[in-house]
Amino acid sequence: MANERNRVYAWEFPIRFTHWINVICIVALSVTGFYVGNPFMYAVSSKQYIMGWMRLIHFIAAYAFLMSMIIRIYWAFMGNKYACYTVWFPFSGKKLGEFFDALKFYLFLSKKPPYTVGHHALAGFTYLIVYLLFVFEIVSGFALYSVNHKGAIWQALGGWLVGIMALPIIRLYHDLVMYVLIAFTLIHVYFSWYSDSREKNGLMLSIFNGYKFITGKESDI
Amino acid sequence: MNFSDDALHKIAESMEPLSQKGVSRRDFMKFCATMAAILALPASFIPKIAEAISGKKPYLVWLEFQDCAGNTEALLRATKPTAAKIILDILSVDYHETIMAPAGHQAEKSLMDVVKNQKGNYLVVVEGSIPMKDGGVYCCISGKSAVDIAKEVCGNALATIAVGTCAAYGGIPAANPNPTGAVGVKEAVPNATVINLPGCPVNVENITACVVHFLTFGSLPNTDKFGRPYFAYGKRIHDNCERRAHFDAGQFVRQWGDEAHRQGWCLYEMGCKGPETFKNCPTVKYNEGTSWPVQAGHGCIGCAEPNFWDTMTPFYRRLPSVPGVSIETTADKVGAGLVAATAAGILIHGIGRALSPKKEEE
Ligand code: HEM
Ligand code: SF4
Repeated sequence: MANERNRVYAWEFPIRFTHWINVICIVALSVTGFYVGNPFMYAVSSKQYIMGWMRLIHFIAAYAFLMSMIIRIYWAFMGNKYACYTVWFPFSGKKLGEFFDALKFYLFLSKKPPYTVGHHALAGFTYLIVYLLFVFEIVSGFALYSVNHKGAIWQALGGWLVGIMALPIIRLYHDLVMYVLIAFTLIHVYFSWYSDSREKNGLMLSIFNGYKFITGKESDI
Repeated sequence: MNFSDDALHKIAESMEPLSQKGVSRRDFMKFCATMAAILALPASFIPKIAEAISGKKPYLVWLEFQDCAGNTEALLRATKPTAAKIILDILSVDYHETIMAPAGHQAEKSLMDVVKNQKGNYLVVVEGSIPMKDGGVYCCISGKSAVDIAKEVCGNALATIAVGTCAAYGGIPAANPNPTGAVGVKEAVPNATVINLPGCPVNVENITACVVHFLTFGSLPNTDKFGRPYFAYGKRIHDNCERRAHFDAGQFVRQWGDEAHRQGWCLYEMGCKGPETFKNCPTVKYNEGTSWPVQAGHGCIGCAEPNFWDTMTPFYRRLPSVPGVSIETTADKVGAGLVAATAAGILIHGIGRALSPKKEEE
């Protein structure tokens, strides 16, 4: 019985939906943001509007990204236990053990993969950091946006940061965090594939259809 | 402009003292109209301004602390004499170290006379920062430290106008590591009513407009969270810049003196800080509207922002240096390095996996 494979519905629709919205937004934000930081294309005529379009796309994607964040946070309270905000805080004794087990597995120090349906402790903690970086990009982005959009809403979303941090410093970190997120994306895709191929848990497909495979019963884990 | 008879009468009346000094009616009207424009007031306010500035003469003292006298220069180097004449005429400047006739004890006395006799009734302009370290010994005038003078003079004034970035926020003397503990007026004398007019130097038109606002409405103009009046610091340079169309198009100067530079394209990539700086330079300009840095082909260095010497440098790069790495290393180099290191790590991990003994399959 112990080796029986079971199909578990882990990722509900809002989780998969926000995941792919985030992917699209982050790609769009990084490409256009990189252009804002390093205008690598030059216009030949003043009638062109390259920087203008780049910024427009950046801002549209920024709003979509913000909405996606809001849905994800809402679902952290309304969704199933794998979506619950508690997975981001793996600080209990049992969870810390799982954290180091997972770390050992990824560093080849152990052959025992972390066995969970949703995120294991190391992943949960990584997503905490990643979500904090997302929040920083949103707040610092809206801080930059607020300099010529004076309404209360932009003040609340990021304008308050101006004054605590000087504008060039906000720009610097808004720019640097992009590279951190690109590095995260590389690691994220690689380890998803690694875990999928090692554990045959259907991880890569799960973010499309929601299902993961486990050995044994869901209630045992 | 069409004014009512009443308004014209008022203007004629207010002109009288000035016309005796050789300021023409045309110059005077131009001055009032400029002031209304800078303060973003409708033309109907022009007679009101004309009346107000020719009425009472507020007492004014001008203090200099850790400064370069650049703001005084900006005031006195007006190319056409009329503006300066009008300014000096609407104010009764009772103490100004650089331009006053009296010296020594006599000068000190005229300052103290104003403080005593006009208590709560006079205006102060402060130029230069105030050192706070070691009991304020780094700047003393006639045996008194700058901070003590500021406390006495600004503390008893109706209002203080801090001109230039040093007086507003400490400016260049306050740049890291700030050896003298330099601060701006508001920080040195927290109970004083201070309006900040940062810039290196201040635009004289903005000082005048502040005083004119005060005379016309009896109050200082509204300010933002850095104590700067909205009329002059409410808009970003980048949003009023004459080169903005080149920014939006994607036309950038890449090197000093290149074709793009000669064409007058956007200076963003040369480190222009216009996107981070709030001031009316593009409209008011300097030297009576002659020019301003970007018009002259040099990027904005953000001189009107608090701590600009620390946060806006390097001036010829768009972003500050990444803390902890050498100044030559840009944010993009650090970012690219991070991504490359990550990719290398993944590659090594992948190789490690390929080499490690296969785990026993179920
Ligand atoms: C994953 C998220 C994001 C990434 C990777 C990203 C990336 C970037 C980068 C690299 C820059 C150029 C900074 C520079 O070198 O000066 C930039 C600029 C900017 N970003 Fe973002 N960004 C993100 C999210 C946002 C959000 C949510 C907003 C919110 C409105 C935003 C608003 C801005 C603004 C206003 C600028 C400055 C544009 C300008 O001055 O013309 N960004 N972004
Ligand atoms: S020159 Fe400076 S202020 Fe003007 S558009 Fe370019 S970046 Fe903005």
